[in-house]
Amino acid sequence: MIGLIGQRAIASLASLVVLMVMVFFLSRLTGDPAALFLPIDATEEMKQQFRTLHGLDRPVLEQFVMYVWDVLRLDFGESLRRARPAIDVVLEAYAWTLPLALITMALVVVAAIVLGAIAAFNVGGIIDRGISVVSLIGASAPDFWIAIVAIVLFAINLGWLPTSGVGTPWHWIMPVAVLFIRPFGLIVQVVRGSMLSALAAPYVKTARAKGVKNRPIIFVHTLRNAMLPVITVIGDQAAALLNGAVIVETIFGFPGIGKLMIDSILQRDFNVVMAAILVTAVAIFIMNILIDIAYSILDPRIRQ
Amino acid sequence: MTEALLTVRNLSVDFHTARGTVHAVRNASWSVNRGETLAILGESGSGKSVSASAVMNLLDIPPAEVVSGEILFEGKDLLKVSYEEHRALNGKRIAMIFQDPLGHLNPVYTVGWQIVEMMTAHGRPANKARARALELVTRVGIPDPEKALKKYPHEFSGGQRQRLMIAMALMLKPDILIADEPTTALDVTIQAEVLALLKELQAETGMGLVLITHDLGVVAEIADRVVVMSQGEIVEEGSVREVYHHPRHPYTRKLIGAAPGKGEIKQPATDAPALLEVRELAKSYGKFTALKDASFTLSRGQSLAVVGESGSGKSTLARTILRLEKADSGKALWKGKDLITMSPRELLSVRREIQMVFQDPTQSLNPRMSVYQLISEGWDIHRLMPDRKARRRRVDELLEQVGLLPEHAERYPHQFSGGQRQRIAIARALALEPELIICDEAVSALDVSVQAQVMALLDGLRKKFGISYLFIAHDLGVVRDFADMVLVMKSGEIVEGGPTEKVFNAPEHPYTRRLLAANLDPDPDVQAQRRQMAATAPS
Amino acid sequence: MTDISQTNASPAELRGAPALLAMLWRDKFAFVSAVVLLIIIICALIGPVFLGDLAASQNLRGRNSPPFDLSRGWAFVLGGDSLGRPVLARLIVAAQSTMMVAAGAVFSAMTVGALFGLVAGYMGKNVSQLVMRLADVIMSFPSLLLAVVVLYLLGPSVPNMILVLAITRIPIYLRTTRAEVLEVRERMFVQAAVVMGASHWRIIFRHILPIIAPTLVTIATLDFAFVMLAESSLSFLGIGIQPPNITWGLMVSQGRPYLNTAWWLAFWPGLMIVITALSLNLLSNWMRVALDPAQRWRLESRKTGHD
Repeated sequence: MIGLIGQRAIASLASLVVLMVMVFFLSRLTGDPAALFLPIDATEEMKQQFRTLHGLDRPVLEQFVMYVWDVLRLDFGESLRRARPAIDVVLEAYAWTLPLALITMALVVVAAIVLGAIAAFNVGGIIDRGISVVSLIGASAPDFWIAIVAIVLFAINLGWLPTSGVGTPWHWIMPVAVLFIRPFGLIVQVVRGSMLSALAAPYVKTARAKGVKNRPIIFVHTLRNAMLPVITVIGDQAAALLNGAVIVETIFGFPGIGKLMIDSILQRDFNVVMAAILVTAVAIFIMNILIDIAYSILDPRIRQ
Repeated sequence: MTEALLTVRNLSVDFHTARGTVHAVRNASWSVNRGETLAILGESGSGKSVSASAVMNLLDIPPAEVVSGEILFEGKDLLKVSYEEHRALNGKRIAMIFQDPLGHLNPVYTVGWQIVEMMTAHGRPANKARARALELVTRVGIPDPEKALKKYPHEFSGGQRQRLMIAMALMLKPDILIADEPTTALDVTIQAEVLALLKELQAETGMGLVLITHDLGVVAEIADRVVVMSQGEIVEEGSVREVYHHPRHPYTRKLIGAAPGKGEIKQPATDAPALLEVRELAKSYGKFTALKDASFTLSRGQSLAVVGESGSGKSTLARTILRLEKADSGKALWKGKDLITMSPRELLSVRREIQMVFQDPTQSLNPRMSVYQLISEGWDIHRLMPDRKARRRRVDELLEQVGLLPEHAERYPHQFSGGQRQRIAIARALALEPELIICDEAVSALDVSVQAQVMALLDGLRKKFGISYLFIAHDLGVVRDFADMVLVMKSGEIVEGGPTEKVFNAPEHPYTRRLLAANLDPDPDVQAQRRQMAATAPS
Repeated sequence: MTDISQTNASPAELRGAPALLAMLWRDKFAFVSAVVLLIIIICALIGPVFLGDLAASQNLRGRNSPPFDLSRGWAFVLGGDSLGRPVLARLIVAAQSTMMVAAGAVFSAMTVGALFGLVAGYMGKNVSQLVMRLADVIMSFPSLLLAVVVLYLLGPSVPNMILVLAITRIPIYLRTTRAEVLEVRERMFVQAAVVMGASHWRIIFRHILPIIAPTLVTIATLDFAFVMLAESSLSFLGIGIQPPNITWGLMVSQGRPYLNTAWWLAFWPGLMIVITALSLNLLSNWMRVALDPAQRWRLESRKTGHD
């Protein structure tokens, strides 16, 4: 187990380093922040001053070495836009994204497992068909469109929910609901499929031949086996949510990491972008470890 | 005769599939009593397991439908009792074990937990169940039973898993044990041990045993009575000896006639020149030695069989000779030239002279190619027979040679039965007019009657074209009938080799003797005699 | 004694396109999906030629005119936009860019991914490892970031959109192809071909590719929907296709400020995306079964009875 975590840590670190190096150089290519941050009538002198202040006038390679040195001391630099440490800005935003991702994922997992299992027991039944329709539409509808339609319907026409922002629990309902749809549709299908194949597995036959009652056959014998492929998919979907939901956060004015990332990219606030990539990578790494642990608890064959 | 403990009477079961209704079992009747062993014998698709599944309430309804009949256990019709009542009988009064113990044990729970569950599911206290589990696991011969109970199914060998299944089945001292092909996936020596164990346990507990099998040898070894099934119907029943010596139904006669191992043993030709000389060929995977200094000579026109159990290295031998695997050291001289070090160019021409027929024709034929494409591919590769009309004629000819029809050329592999597919594979091999055909378990996936036909075809081709064979097999009966020379392999080594007659009648190596002893003869009298000899012989 | 080989194999069945069409007809959902997609493709191909001018003509009287009102002519049946252009005509014109971006991205990603996947799966371990690590990096790269970077560097245009989306989708095909090749190359018929002396080229293109092609086509169909959604997201965020070029995603984005007053501006293009993606999903589901010979019998006619 420790070996597995170590392996994963090395692999994650390697791809994180590659990623950050690429982002560093590519983001320097997307334009001059000085032009964007200073008023349009700023003099060349002011721009030069701005560049010197933020070290933007030095060769890119030198900037990179300085940056790496700072990062190793856990200093991610200042946000150009907000004049605050970039890491603070990022953590603040992440404090919004994390609960959004966790709440959504918790609801998805519970709903998908319960409904997927029910669908598997009633193959071809009404619930099964209903679920496959919902999951198909969920997979086909763009989230920004669902969000917009939801706003028109629930916020503008019916006036039940606030259109955007944060503050009350009511503000969370639409973002969570919109984020819920796609992972739910995906996971419910996987649950259904793996439950069906687990129910058809030979060891279920053995259990029936042993005279084991139906309830333990389902909840003890099959559920644990059926969860194995499901966990992998849950991990993938959770990773996507932890990366920040750009669209949903933008539309609902939710101050999370996705919105921060796209804003920072458009504003060329490099330090924030880099810090955001690092923080999300750490979050996804931790989640992957949790998935690995869950997997090895459920499946003894993985443990050796 | 009094009422039997378990009686199946006039049972008919249909399967409703997308392609229509299949009458899986029609009017089947059989019965079994305590202390008695009934074998249900049949080939694939004969419906031999269906009635047992009905007894255990394991049929999936739908697609299955019990059309008529009754299953009487102690006079009560199991088809009419409630689900709960049936469940309470399962495992407790009637237990069942299956062919593939790895699949039939739950991979995520310890075997101890699964064995104990047999008793706790029927309301027995867990501590008693654990004591009984330990006792039984010890009884079935699992080493270090305390520890074994805490292990998972994948940590055991195939034979051990079947022993554990047996231990599980016996937890509640059932009156009847149904064993569905319990030894089919096992090596012969392991099969002999498991059958012996079943027999001992039956003597100890006095249970009735229903053994479902396709293997006449297993029937001869263990059963008292046998019912023979074909296409869903019971065509014959009686005592094992009676059915073997005086079969009445043509199907039974055909089945017994097809059983290998009774023909005359061939004598190897003496003065033929060497075709393939293998010298100290070795191959290992990491620490595992798959092949150790294998040496032998195959002469022109000879059929050399390589026998051994799984993991003995017999397939590795063939694969290294064919350069599908890279040999670590050694030589394989094909007409004097070393195949192992040969340049790709030279190798290409040899690839025409040596052909291979694989174990599973379903997998060795590309499913997206027609029979014509399959057979003619070799000509494409070696740039032979450019004339399309000539090709057409030759394909027709080849199909006829292997017992198929010219109009089969346009069809695809999935439209044929297993035996027909193997014929296509043989036609493909023949297309290049090879001098040597390597058969890797070429008939072991086939039913006995089909097996006999394919073997007859291979033998005929040898006579007609003088083709040599390197015949890899685990079935000693088939080898005895077909080969003139035999090599016996164990753990990557050739432990014995020589003319078939000598190896079979005067084996020198103890392993060869063990292998021969474990090989079951379809004749119940021969098996009885062997058992007697084994019992009296000093060990 | 009857020789088994003399009993006939099952009668020859239809093969190729006619058989597939017959099977498609039997699955009504898949059939309707295919028809819908066909209509959309035809619209995308010839729509702009006929409707290009109409879609661009501004009509200040028709600004934000509501849908289902035929007084302004059929083009305004779905309403007019903020500049009085007919929504229906614009939808049909936008279909071209939308389809072109998605088709271009899927096709290039599939070609490149499958090629690398074949190489990675067929060659030795080292090549394979290298290609796979490269795929991992692409996968871990936030696709949004990549999109922004590329689009800023090269400017937002249809070819650049295709490039961005293709790059992010390559790993899907690469991984699938490699995994399938690793499995297929161990199958016995490939070994049989090796024993017969078949060249690498023949093994890859005659034995391996035909087996994995259906899987790739199935994935590509599904991926088409995904790429379309991704393009519309980027266009919605304002970093994708730029006016005067239009795609459905951009139309949703342009309609967003008028949500209060003219819901139809954002609704119809979104609905088009849903309908197209749904059809692709349904068709892909059908293909998964139809193109797999092992599962195909489920869809084949029932008239043959049992055998």
